[in-house]
Amino acid sequence: MNDILTIAMPKGRIFEEAVELLRQAGFRLPPEFDDSRKLIIDVEDEKFRFILAKPMDVPTYVEHGVADLGIAGKDVMLEEERDVYELLDLKISACYLAVAGLPNTKMNDVAPKVATKYPNVAAAYFREQGEQVEIIKLNGSIELAPLIGLSDRIVDIVSTGRTLVENGLVEYERIEDITSRLIVNPVSYRIKDERISDLVDRLTNVINEL
Amino acid sequence: MSRLFMFEKPLGMRDTLPELYETKNRVRSVISEEMKKWGFQFIETPTLEYYETVGSASAILDQQLFKLLDQQGHTLVLRPDMTAPIARVAASKLLKEDLPLRLAYSANVYRAQQREGGRPAEFEQIGVECIADETVSADGEVIALMTSALSEVGLQEFQISVGHIGFVQELFLQILGTEERAQALTKFLYEKNYVGYREHVKSLALSSIDKQRLLDFLKLRGGEEVIEFAFEITENEPGKKALHELKQLWNIIVDYGMETKLKFDLTLVSHMSYYTGILFEVYADQVGFPIGNGGRYDLLLQKFGKNTGATGFALHLDRLLEALGELVEKNPILCIIFSDERRREAFQLAKEKRAEGIKVVLQDINGVKNVDGCTSQYDDISFLIGKAGRGPAE
Repeated sequence: MNDILTIAMPKGRIFEEAVELLRQAGFRLPPEFDDSRKLIIDVEDEKFRFILAKPMDVPTYVEHGVADLGIAGKDVMLEEERDVYELLDLKISACYLAVAGLPNTKMNDVAPKVATKYPNVAAAYFREQGEQVEIIKLNGSIELAPLIGLSDRIVDIVSTGRTLVENGLVEYERIEDITSRLIVNPVSYRIKDERISDLVDRLTNVINEL
Repeated sequence: MSRLFMFEKPLGMRDTLPELYETKNRVRSVISEEMKKWGFQFIETPTLEYYETVGSASAILDQQLFKLLDQQGHTLVLRPDMTAPIARVAASKLLKEDLPLRLAYSANVYRAQQREGGRPAEFEQIGVECIADETVSADGEVIALMTSALSEVGLQEFQISVGHIGFVQELFLQILGTEERAQALTKFLYEKNYVGYREHVKSLALSSIDKQRLLDFLKLRGGEEVIEFAFEITENEPGKKALHELKQLWNIIVDYGMETKLKFDLTLVSHMSYYTGILFEVYADQVGFPIGNGGRYDLLLQKFGKNTGATGFALHLDRLLEALGELVEKNPILCIIFSDERRREAFQLAKEKRAEGIKVVLQDINGVKNVDGCTSQYDDISFLIGKAGRGPAE
């Protein structure tokens, strides 16, 4: 039987941090993954296969079972609502989802507009507040939207708040704290039960020590 | 609305082309033969049902139902599962003196989907329902039948995870005190959000022992030994009763000699809200979604006025095919290409071959523009053209 654990990971910083966690958990990973253009990295010693994906796509790979496990931000989990197990809070890449906009402004009374990379999260948040808003989906550089008058507010992740400040924006409301999560496909969770439990236990120990 | 493209189909709808049809048919017949051998009888029910009866009794979410109106203005649904229609038939017609009833079906069910990936809106389920037998033996029987059918169809690697919704409810209710609080916690299980579950437990005003019990609950997965661990965190009688049922189920499956396929997972809950007791899912290697599921639903028949329990399973045929991989040893087809002069001879040959069980296509040569293209579609070709007695023309 196929005993390789396939792990979908976002490229970049989360990957580095997650790999560091795995090392601390005693997994023998090579000191560095040099060829950064590779999308699939095999670690034969540990029978791991890493798939490097766009952060927003990680839960999709896991839901379909082409990756057994994945590391995804809570923001992505909230937005995508995929049918996967969220097993562990890895407590890395901490940030939060917030509503921001130009200082001292009110939302337009007629048709308040909110620009975001997270249309589902934003829509749900404003619905809960009883506000009717128009959601405008953007794919990046969300801070632009209020600056050039596309929207009154934005919903985006904030880590240090520097990007907001540099663009003259202020935070209005904090929606939810975000960290990266270890997610698992429901079938893999049963079929590769032992290996996944071992991984989860070892990671739990590392996280609790931090 | 934009204009539709000529070949477009509604979201989640699929065509089944000949090769897949053949494979599907073979798998379906192997499984249904096995079901018949176990004495289950097949029935059919209508594709359309009333929303108020079957539609609302079904456990499928309202927004997933395809609804339409009939001429009198009643709301109809395309059946979203087979369990509710069968409960309706059983309660109204078949249940005589509440004797156990063993029914089987293979039918398409319909669930509107927002996203397509892995979730067709119309798909075939093949399954059984064992109605009016409330013993654990009935649960064991359907699990054993499912195992046997899957082995029969050639699926090597699969695993059944068994849980007990009654156990979960009792444990939560006993520790948390109120139905409402128990439901709030169960919601995290439905959503498979264990991080949220743990945070929620930690935020509750409970003794550290009770918190630990709720945290340990998430680890109740594995073999027979899991039941013993579960006993350690359970204090009330209904909870223990549920565990005794699971233990009994294990013994039953051992007597069937099928325990290698069975694991316990007491964290298993289903979005199918009608399950009341033992429930299970079956997984195959290489398929990212469960290939089937089932369980006990003792309250569904009450909605149709019968006070009795039932248990059953449904296999998702498409996913099962995916798990089986390429298994078509295609039945060869012989093509006889004939011309008018040798028509009678061709018909005679076809008749003989068909009697031998060979599939035969009869093709008038004047009906094909490209003979080479035509012959390459078939496994075997005979030419009966030109004057009788002459050899086959190439």
